[in-house]
Amino acid sequence: MSVTPLTSGTRPAAAGRRPAANDSTGLPPLKSGSRFGALADAWLPRLVLSPTIVASLVFVYGFIALTAYLSLTESRMMPNFEYSGFGQYERLFDIERWWVSAANLGIFGGLFILFCLAIGLSMAILLDQRIRHEGALRAIYLYPMALSFIVTGAAWKWILNPGLGLEKMMHDWGFTNFTFDWLVDSDMSIYTVVIAGVWQSSGFVMALFLAGLRSVDDSIIKAAMVDGASLPTIYWRIVIPSLRPVFFSVLLVLSHIAIKSFDLVMALTAGGPGTSSDVPAIFMYQFSFTRGQLGLGAASAMMMLATVLAVLVPLMYLETKGARHGR
Amino acid sequence: MAADLNHAGGRMSSIAPGRIVIYTLLVLVALYYLAPLYVMLTTSVKTLDQIREGNLLDFPLAPSTAAWAKAWSGACTGVSCEGLAPYFWNSVKMVIPAVLISSLIGSVNGYVLAHWRFPGHNVVFTALMVGCFIPFQVVILPMARLLGMADLANTTTGLVLVHIIYGIAFTTLFFRNYYVTVPDELVNAARIDGAGFFTIYRRIIFPLSLPIFMVCFIWQFTQIWNDFLFGVVFGGAEAQPVTVALNNLVNTSTGVTEYNVNMAAAIIAALPTLVIYLIAGKYFVRGLTAGAVKG
Repeated sequence: MSVTPLTSGTRPAAAGRRPAANDSTGLPPLKSGSRFGALADAWLPRLVLSPTIVASLVFVYGFIALTAYLSLTESRMMPNFEYSGFGQYERLFDIERWWVSAANLGIFGGLFILFCLAIGLSMAILLDQRIRHEGALRAIYLYPMALSFIVTGAAWKWILNPGLGLEKMMHDWGFTNFTFDWLVDSDMSIYTVVIAGVWQSSGFVMALFLAGLRSVDDSIIKAAMVDGASLPTIYWRIVIPSLRPVFFSVLLVLSHIAIKSFDLVMALTAGGPGTSSDVPAIFMYQFSFTRGQLGLGAASAMMMLATVLAVLVPLMYLETKGARHGR
Repeated sequence: MAADLNHAGGRMSSIAPGRIVIYTLLVLVALYYLAPLYVMLTTSVKTLDQIREGNLLDFPLAPSTAAWAKAWSGACTGVSCEGLAPYFWNSVKMVIPAVLISSLIGSVNGYVLAHWRFPGHNVVFTALMVGCFIPFQVVILPMARLLGMADLANTTTGLVLVHIIYGIAFTTLFFRNYYVTVPDELVNAARIDGAGFFTIYRRIIFPLSLPIFMVCFIWQFTQIWNDFLFGVVFGGAEAQPVTVALNNLVNTSTGVTEYNVNMAAAIIAALPTLVIYLIAGKYFVRGLTAGAVKG
C-alpha cells in the first residue's frame, strides 16, 4: 500500500492555479449562453451547496451558540432559558472533580502526544532504511487505528487487570515481586489510558511521518553524505527540520484526539477508581446526562471548546504562516 | 535479511550490526502492536478455568467457540441478555445509509467548491471545515433536544441524521481536495461545449471519482462504526450501536466477569473495520492522511 505524500498535491494545488478571471466566478462564459443557462450556471452551484451551509450554520454555529447560552442559565434536568449570568462557570470552577478532570487531560494529553511523537517518528525513521517486508510491518503498526477506542479499552482493561493479566503472567514467570495494578490505583489509573491511547494512535503517527520522510528530496541527503555527514546528523539537521509541516499536522490531530478522548476512558476505567481518571469529556457527559445538570454540562462543554481553540488556532496559524513563507 | 545487506545502497549503507539492531527493534515493536490482538483472540476461545489458572500468553488448551456464541446471542449488556447481535445489526442499519448519503453530499459539495467558485467560496469552505474541529460535546445538548422534539431520539434514523450532519465537513474536505487536482481545462472545455452543472458532474467528475469515493466510504465507515459518543447519547435502548453494547458488556459489574465472552464481543465489534482495513488498507491510509492534512 502506498501513502499519499502529505505536502504535495492537496494544499499547494488550491492556491493560485486559476489564471485571469473575467468575472467573479473565474470561469469562461458559456458559448451556448441562453439566459436561462447562464442563470442556472450562476445559481445552481450555490443552490447545491446551500443545504450544507444552512446545516452548518444551524448544527455547528447555532448549536454552539445554544450551548453557550445554556451555560449561562440555571438549567438542570430540563433546559431553562432564563439568563442568569456566569453562575455555572463559578460552580464549575468550585468543583474539585472538574479540576481533577482538567489535570488528567493535561497529563494524558501531554504524555499521549509525547509518546506518540517519539514512537511514531522513531519507527518511521527505522522503516525508512530500505526495510524488507516494510509493507507488512507498516500494516501491523497501523491496524489499531482501524479499531474503535471502545475495543482498545476493552482489550487493555483485560490485559492490565491486576489479578489475571500482565501481573499474573509475570508472577507465573517467577517475578513474584512484580506489581502492576495501575488500573485500580487511583494515583496511576490515568497512565493506563496513556498506555492504551499510545498503542492505538502511534502507528498512525508513524504513517504520517513516513509519508513526510518519503517526500524529502533525496538529492539534499546525497549531497550531505558526499560532504561526509553521518546519518544521525543528516536526520537531525536536515530531514527532521524539513518535516515541520508534518509535525503540525500530527500535533493537530493528536491534541484533537486527546481533548475529545471519551470512549477510551469510558471503556478502560470509566473514569475510576472513583473519579481519579476522569477527563472533561466524561465530566460533561455525566453531569449532563446522568446527573441532570444541563447548565453545568454546557459550561464544561464550552471549556472543552475553549481548550480546542486555544490549542488549534495557534497551531493552524503557525502552519499556514510556515506554508506561506516556504518553510 | 542477510541478502538485503548486499544491496543496502540506500540512505543507510552501513554495516551489518546496525541492520540487525534495526530489524530487532522493528520486530519487537511489531510484537507489541500484535500482542493485544493475540491476547484477545486466544482469550476468546479459552475456558474460564484456563483463564483463571493459566496466564495471558498461554495458548488455548481446548479451544472452544462457546464464548463467541454467547457474545453473539446470549451475553447480557445491561438489562437485556440477547448478546451483541441486535446491536451489531443496529450499527449496520446506521452505518450504510449514513456513509452513502454523507459521501454523496460531500462529493457534490467538493465539486462546487473546487470548480464553481463564487464570491466568498473560501470563507464558506473555511466555515464548513470548523465542523471537523469542534469537540462534539459542544453540540450534543441542543441536538438531544432537537431529536427529542422531532421524535427521532433513540432511533436509528436519528443517529443516521446526526452522522450525516457531522460527517459532511470531512467528506466535503476529501472531495474538494481531490477535485482541485482535476484540471480546470477539462471542466471549462465542457462548459464551452454547452454542458451544464450537473452534466459536467455526471459525465466528467463522477467517473473520475472512484478512488476518492473509496477513501471517503472507508473513512466514514470507520468513523461511524467506531463512534461511541453519539451512540450512547442518542441511541437509547432500541437503536444502541455495537460499541455502546460492548462497553455495557465489558463494564457490567454484576456476576462473574466472563473475560472470554468480553474478548469475543470486542472482536465481533471490531471485525467489520478490521476486515475493511485488511481488504482496502491503502484507501484507509489515504483517508487517515487526507483527514490529517485538513485542506
